Amino acid sequence: MKAAVLVFPGSNCDRDLAVAFRAAGFETEMVWHKETALPDGVDVVGVPGGFSYGDYLRCGAIAARSPIAQALKLHADRGGYVFAPCNGFQILTEAGMLPGALLRNSGLKYICQTVDLRVEETESAFTAGYGKGDVIRVPIAHHDGNYTCDEETLKRLNDDNLIAFRYVVTPNGATDGIAGVLSPNRRVLGMMPHPERAADPLHGNTDGVALFRGLAGALVSA
Amino acid sequence: MKAKVTVMLKSGVLDPQGEAVRHALGALGFDGVEGVRQGKLIELDLASGTTQADVTAMCERLLANTVIESYSIEM
Repeated sequence: MKAAVLVFPGSNCDRDLAVAFRAAGFETEMVWHKETALPDGVDVVGVPGGFSYGDYLRCGAIAARSPIAQALKLHADRGGYVFAPCNGFQILTEAGMLPGALLRNSGLKYICQTVDLRVEETESAFTAGYGKGDVIRVPIAHHDGNYTCDEETLKRLNDDNLIAFRYVVTPNGATDGIAGVLSPNRRVLGMMPHPERAADPLHGNTDGVALFRGLAGALVSA
Repeated sequence: MKAKVTVMLKSGVLDPQGEAVRHALGALGFDGVEGVRQGKLIELDLASGTTQADVTAMCERLLANTVIESYSIEM
């Protein structure tokens, strides 16, 4: 079971993500953004949080066009798993790998707090370890987490049950309280909250562990 | 040759920064401001022979996120 964590200039949750993958049993390799291919045999790619390229132009915009982004798209197109918290979610929307976009928080302020998330969809490797409707506590830390999409996309996300997580109380103005979105094949998850920061008893919160274990479980049984 | 690209949030997309600016103007006593939209101006220095179509491609692929933004080009 192998995970790769992409590293962009300005990524700052890459090592946290690697620790969470390793704790769930993954052999984990870091991959610099200038690489044009992923290591052989990678099952899961983590696109980490942070401020890739200083958030220049738009959050995630430059990272989504970096050399490794092509390899990431190929991996997803082949049915590979991708887990993308925070800046990773912004990068995937910028790359067109997930629908919608992340706007500036409606309150204009950077928000750093632990929030309640409701698990909306359990039919995915990422969320299989939770119960539908479970409320979990997960940290958020972002300035641009205000998820937006057009009405047609919103209807499709709802109809196809691709909204993985919603905020119990929306902190950032996100459309329909959306905190995390799955791809149609349910193997790509982008979310603003940081499960990798709630993945060890030393974090004071282990609500994120089930996500990484669920992913590992899906790969073991595959 | 220069090109100016203006990138704005699409009209249906809420612009919280523009709203904050509008409120601040109101607080300064400028009562007549009914709306503020804030965008970006990007200036490009281009080699001769670069076409408007090239700049359009730049906008589509990087300079604007067409999910939420519209753009206009002046050359």
